[in-house]
Amino acid sequence: MTIAAQRPAGVARPEGGSLVQQFEHGLDAPICLTWELTYACNLECAHCLSSSGRRDPRELSTEQCKAVIDELQRMQVFYVNIGGGEPTIRPDFWELLEYAVDHQVGVKFSTNGVRITPERARFLASTDYVDVQISLDGATAEVNDYVRGPGSYATALRALQNLADAGFGDAKISVVCTRENIGQLDEFKALADRYGATLRLTRLRPSGRGADMWDELHPLPEQQRQLYDWLLAHGENVLTGDSFFHLAAFGEALPGLNLCGAGRVVCLIDPVGDVYACPFAIHDQFHAGNVLADGGFQKVWQTSALFTELRAPQTGGACSSCAFFDSCRGGCMAAKFFTGLPLDGPDPECVQGYGEQTLAQMTLAGERVVPAPSQDHSKTTPTRNQPVMLTLGPTRSAPPVSACAESPLAGWEPTL
Amino acid sequence: MSDPMLEESWALSASVALRPEPFGALAYHFGNRKLTFLKRPELVETVRALEHHDDVRGALVAAGVPSAQHDGFVAALRGLAAADMIRPRGREEESG
Repeated sequence: MTIAAQRPAGVARPEGGSLVQQFEHGLDAPICLTWELTYACNLECAHCLSSSGRRDPRELSTEQCKAVIDELQRMQVFYVNIGGGEPTIRPDFWELLEYAVDHQVGVKFSTNGVRITPERARFLASTDYVDVQISLDGATAEVNDYVRGPGSYATALRALQNLADAGFGDAKISVVCTRENIGQLDEFKALADRYGATLRLTRLRPSGRGADMWDELHPLPEQQRQLYDWLLAHGENVLTGDSFFHLAAFGEALPGLNLCGAGRVVCLIDPVGDVYACPFAIHDQFHAGNVLADGGFQKVWQTSALFTELRAPQTGGACSSCAFFDSCRGGCMAAKFFTGLPLDGPDPECVQGYGEQTLAQMTLAGERVVPAPSQDHSKTTPTRNQPVMLTLGPTRSAPPVSACAESPLAGWEPTL
Repeated sequence: MSDPMLEESWALSASVALRPEPFGALAYHFGNRKLTFLKRPELVETVRALEHHDDVRGALVAAGVPSAQHDGFVAALRGLAAADMIRPRGREEESG
């Protein structure tokens, strides 16, 4: 059976060669497909990559979702990463999960754990082809709840405990690496070991609400090095996907996929059926089509103008003369776009420092324009789950001293 | 001396699906969820032919692999066997 009958004549694919070279030219179906089932979420994480919160009224119906699953089965997409929003708060979530598994489409879903009750955990333990990823962005409640909201650490740990108690083997703990938690990598690993889980580390992207938090949360240059060294030492047992290929410019390539997979082996279907090049690129600029309006997912994947372009050889632009271009490939497209860097320029977290340099130059010249978001499903009014991103400053034990103070001890603060 | 595997009968594991790709195929194991890439169309042909031939050599010949390259292909098949993508004939359905 041939899947692709007619495709736009792109650049000729090399025969043989490395897998990475083959991946650059794209595959007949994605390897890593993310499908966000809903923009609705019980949490309001400060760095949410899809600016989730409220359900979109155009969200695909149960029947439309099943039609997408049928198509994925025909395309032999063997598994799909389901996310959101919080996918488990869709009333038909468990129905769709069973439907997918029954149609040879394995499911790996990301959740904050809110609906992973002991009963659901037992159900999950009884299924094959289902993986569960619990999101946790701090190894302690203090660090996690700061960005994910009060109570979210306890929710995640309760879900992990329920899964472990039900005998669900090998859950994943999914961590977005930030300035706040890079010092906790060993603690995350210990936490994963405690629950018989596998640690998954991903890169913070300036996507969605992450754009607003980027300057505060993205790892500092020395933390990038710390992360790289940690991954070199422990990376074999930690999942990273294609998150950290920009760190390869430190020297040795890390385990995982050292290539930007966007539109080549990776893509995203959003809750309304829009197809984007990657989960971190929910923006008109990276919109390839819609599964309802444009003749189905297969047609969008195989023939859209955007994906054809992404599969053509990329010019490195300003980066192509850099000695490290072959290892980092210019870094992450989404990270560049959402920080206002040119797509053929350096990654904002370029480990050689070119990203920061270019950003500084562009800011100085007044050329840096951060793109406005194309969608925002954030809740319009704050709720009790909203993270409060305030910390205590230095405390004073007494009011400031005025010039008229008469006390001989005025201005004296006892130090211990 | 040629590899003894050439005389053995093998087949694709029952829990493995092959997805055609421009460079060859992608093999997915629904049991252990491993993903493997078959980077040569002749290797895909060979793997598909395994179950129809008494031995691996027969499958290689049917897939048009010159005998000078048999050892290299057997090495690739051993890699697939290690990932449980192919199994000795008669044991395709065993859980493992």
